[in-house]
Formats: sequence, C-alpha cells, structure tokens
Amino acid sequence: MGRLILKNIHKTFGKDEVLHGINIETAENQFLILVGPSGCGKTTLLNIIAGLERESAGDILINDRRVNDLSPKNRDIAMVFQSYALYPSMSVRDNILFGLVNRHVPKHEREQILQDVAHMLQLDHLLDRRPRQLSGGQQQRVAIGRAIARRPALFLFDEPLSNLDAKLRVEMRTEIKRLHQQLQTTMVYVTHDQIEAMTMGDLIAVMNDGIIQQLGTPDAIYNDPANRFVAGFMGSPSMNFIPVTVCQGEGTVWLEVREEDQTMSRLPLPPVLQSRLKTVVDRKVILGIRPEQITDPGSAREGSALHTMELKVEMTEPTGADTLVFTRLNKTPLVARAHPSTKLLQGSNTPLSFHMERAVFFDPDDGQRLA
Amino acid sequence: MRTSSAFGPRRWLIYGLLTVAAVFFLLPFYVMLVTAFKTMPEIYSTGILALPDSLNFSAWIHAWSAATIGAASEGIHGYFLNSFILVIPAVIISTAIGAFNGYILTHWRFRGSNIFFYMLLLGTIIPFQIVLLPMAWVEGRIGIAGTLVPGLMMVHVIYGLAFTTLFFRNYYVGIPHDLIKAARVDGAGFFSIFFRIMLPVSTPIIMVTAIWQFTMIWNNFLFGVVFTQGGQQPVTVAINDLVDTVTSVHMWNVDMAAAIFAALPTLLVYLIAGKYFVRGLTAGAVKG
Repeated sequence: MGRLILKNIHKTFGKDEVLHGINIETAENQFLILVGPSGCGKTTLLNIIAGLERESAGDILINDRRVNDLSPKNRDIAMVFQSYALYPSMSVRDNILFGLVNRHVPKHEREQILQDVAHMLQLDHLLDRRPRQLSGGQQQRVAIGRAIARRPALFLFDEPLSNLDAKLRVEMRTEIKRLHQQLQTTMVYVTHDQIEAMTMGDLIAVMNDGIIQQLGTPDAIYNDPANRFVAGFMGSPSMNFIPVTVCQGEGTVWLEVREEDQTMSRLPLPPVLQSRLKTVVDRKVILGIRPEQITDPGSAREGSALHTMELKVEMTEPTGADTLVFTRLNKTPLVARAHPSTKLLQGSNTPLSFHMERAVFFDPDDGQRLA
Repeated sequence: MRTSSAFGPRRWLIYGLLTVAAVFFLLPFYVMLVTAFKTMPEIYSTGILALPDSLNFSAWIHAWSAATIGAASEGIHGYFLNSFILVIPAVIISTAIGAFNGYILTHWRFRGSNIFFYMLLLGTIIPFQIVLLPMAWVEGRIGIAGTLVPGLMMVHVIYGLAFTTLFFRNYYVGIPHDLIKAARVDGAGFFSIFFRIMLPVSTPIIMVTAIWQFTMIWNNFLFGVVFTQGGQQPVTVAINDLVDTVTSVHMWNVDMAAAIFAALPTLLVYLIAGKYFVRGLTAGAVKG
C-alpha cells in the first residue's frame, strides 16, 4: 500500500527557491529515503508531502489521489519527528490514541489497535507513563506506535534516529526496517546519515541544493553515482577523488599518475573503461575510487584490472575489521582499506593494489559523471 | 559550591545584610500593624514604634463596616467586594486572551506577526496616563463609562493584554513546534491543539500571569479613580477617600487597618502561589 508520486515540486521562501522541481515516483510498499546535507531541502519536501507546508508549484499524489489541497489529517499519512513530539501532558496510551479519537474511531476498535501496537513495539508495561518518564529509545517507540496506530497509507519519518545514542540507533534502524516489512506500507524517511540511507532504503533520493542529484537503488547510488556529489556523499570514508590524465597509445588507454618519487606511472584500465574514456583522451579527469577498492596485495582479489603501486604511508587508522591507510597519489590525499594484519610503517612505502573495474570518472569542472 | 563550614564569616555577612534589608522593608508594615491595634489616645501618647497596650480591634471593625467614605458611613467592605468583582473577571479574561495571543504568535505565525508582536510590546511601556483619554472616549461611545464591570474591567483587560501576551508568547516559544505539527497530522485543529496540548502544560505561566494581573489590577488606583464613581469604586480608591474624608480628627488607626485589609488579598496570593511565580519566571527564562 501507499504509492507516492511527486511531480515537479517547487518551493520558494520569499525570493529563495529551495526546491527546484522534484520528481519522485515510488512503487507500493517502498522504503524511500531522502538523504542529503542539512539545508538541501529534504525536510521541506517531507513537510510538503505531509501538508504542513504549502508547495509553490507541482503535484503530490498519494495512492493516485491528488492531495495538494487536503489538510495533513486528510492525507492518510502519519509522521514521526526527530524530537518525537509526544504530547507531554498525555500518557503513552493517550498519545497513541490521540489521532484515533480525533477521527472518531469507535472505542472497542481503538482498544484493539492500542493492544496490537503496544504488543508490536513492546510498550505494554509503559501505557500509563508520561513521556518524560521514558528513556529516549522508549519515547521513540511510542512516537512510532502513534504513527502505526493510524494505519496510514504513507509513513513519514523526519530524522527519527538522530537524537539516539549510537547503539540504540543501530537497533532502531533494524526495528524500523522490520516494521516496514511487517506493515507493507510505503515509508518516506528523511536522514542526513548516509549509512541509514544505505541500510534502510530500497529507493534513495540523494538531494543537494534543492535538486535530486540521483534517484536509485542503494546499489546504483553506491556503485554507479551520477555525479561527484553523490559519489562523495555516500560511503564512509568518502570516495577518493584523484586528478589524473587520460592517455592513449599502442591501442590501449591508461591513466597517467605520479608516484611518491615523482616518476610517471601508468595505471592500466579494464577494457570497458578504456572504450568509455576514449572521448576524453589527453584531458584531465577526476578518478573516483572507493577506499575498499585500494587494498594491500594480500587481500586483493585476482582480476585483470588490478594494478599495484608503492605509496608512502602518512597515517593509519585501525578500525578493527580493517585498517585505513592514509597516503597520497598525484599530491592528492588518498585513503585505502587494508587487512589489519598488514605491516604498515608510518613514513615508509607500502604496496597497494588498485581494483579499477569499479572506478568512476568525473568532469573536473562540473563534477558530472564521464565514465 | 557549598563551603564546608556551615557558618563562616561570609555567611554571617550575607545573613546580616539580608536581615537589615528585611527589617528596613518590613518596618512600614510593622508601623501599620501596631498603629491599627492602638486607640487614638495611645497613638498620641506613645512612639510610632511602640507596641500597643492591648489588641484593640475597634479600629479594624470601624474601617471594615462604619468608616465614612464619601457620603456613606459603611466602611470599606463594599469597596473591598467591588475590587473582587472587578479583579476576578479581568484576570481571567486578560489571561485567557494573552494565552491565545501567545499561542498564535508562536505557532500560527502570519504575515506581519512579528511586527504585531513588537507593537504589542510597546504596550508594556506605555504609562497609565496616556491611555486615560482614549479609553474614556471609547467607553463613552459604547456606553459603559463609569461602570465597574464592564467599564473599568475592560480598561484593565486591554491595558494588561500587552503583558499577558508577552508572558505567554515567551513561554510558548519554548514548546517545540513539532508538537503542533504532530497534532495537525493527528487530526487536531487550532482549538483542539490549544486546549488539549498547550494548555495542559501551561500551569506555571498561567500562575505567573494571573498573579501579575491580580496584583496590578488590585493595586491600581489611577484607572479606578478615573473610570468609576460613587459606590462603584474599587478598594484602593475607597482608602484614598477614607483618608481624605476627615471629620474632626484623623483616625490613623482606622486608616492603617483599612490599608491592611486592602493589602491582604495580594499578600495571600503571593503566599499561596509565590513558588509558581518564581518557577514560571525561570522556566520561561531558560527556554525563551
């Protein structure tokens, strides 16, 4: 249930246009993530979907019904807020039932819904408490319970996990994902956290400057970014961006890079990329390569597009599962991900293997994807 | 940090200064109290600070039910009642409208609502005297001039709105707007949100506003003397008349007893609700 279509949504505040024509179409029962840095317009877009703010232009369709002129309560939506927004003077029970009472749901039906919701979110023993007597995680669950009780066509989440501590955040992430599977309803989830976006969503809209930079599956967003902004925003540590020159000769295309000792070195490319880069030969481009695609030779998977270079270790950051290696290529900082058992000495050279088959290329001027 | 020794020299100094200040401020009240219990000969024969020979209630009884005010000799009790008839509706109405104004100015902003608020703020620094003529003109036009209720009551309600709005606005600014958004999604309307979500968390600021308005209106003299006449006057005006209506000798003890009667309600309000006053003021200060 719950199909959301946004057609060419614009929003201006005075003279500032904050949304420049947003188009999104979800399937039923989808988990849509709006992700982007603060000020990108994602919360404004959510408020417009909810009807809490009026769009300047464009259409909003929920289950193929145009809801532009409907008030929030008539849009068949429920919303969960970052601050939880629990009514402070009401018990947990009354918080959950508030929306149902306002909609004149019969009493026996309300009681049944309350029991279901309380059971689903393990709130049974908290029903008579006031919000201020609950922990942050409990408050969050009540806020979600209040939304579920309404059985809406669309759930809207406004950064619901950012006030929780790290451990609880990971737990709630799983819990919300599980709820989505259970409820079979479309959820729209706003976050600035790219890990939440990747782990929870099945459709991600990466936003910046009031524009959708890319709309796609987590896999497409991560491995096939539309531009440098998306590539840099998604993934932690961020993708490496290295200026390189594309060269051609003897029937192959390669990248020219300078190693630590200033010698020129050829970074060979897999055939697919070679043919795609033929149009930009002799030009400077930005090579985008994720840290996990640069490893110690021992962890490297065998492949034709593997190339190993000696680079100077500037710093290391052990994360436990693997060790981040900070180095430089073409005078640009570079992060690689090595196996924790790799011998790494600060200031000394170490061989690092580049997996080029997932490398991407961007225009150095406008950041658009070249190949 | 508390010092380890409970009563060091610093502590003594602080308590000493506070005691001196307390004595200084309580002295007039002490003089009023002892004078009210004295007989007239006693007042003439003893010093101003001397205790009375015995607790003599005749001045109190005289002030309450027999003293001559204006033309009648019925004491201040009628005027005392007048003040209640005036203050209770005036406090309720001005507090209620202030709460609504504060709610709208914080959570239902409209174009120009900030300018509206700043103009209202100006109202808090307008002296009483400035509103006298316009108010009298308006009241004359709508035919309620010279009455206690609604005439004088309306003057106090209007003059108090700037204060009550300011109080509630500063309190409601601290209530997260997400609450209102959540309630709107939950199907609650403008009034429903106000009565079921805002009002239940407003007790501290309601107390502050009610105490403030009660004190201001009860103690007010100027509006009372300008806008009412005869038996319609509030107690503050009656006391002035009592003091002014000198027949043969000036009854100091009656004057003092009447003044204490007039001060009792505000004193009681502070004693009963004073803790809310402090709590409400600080709550607003932290959140606003």
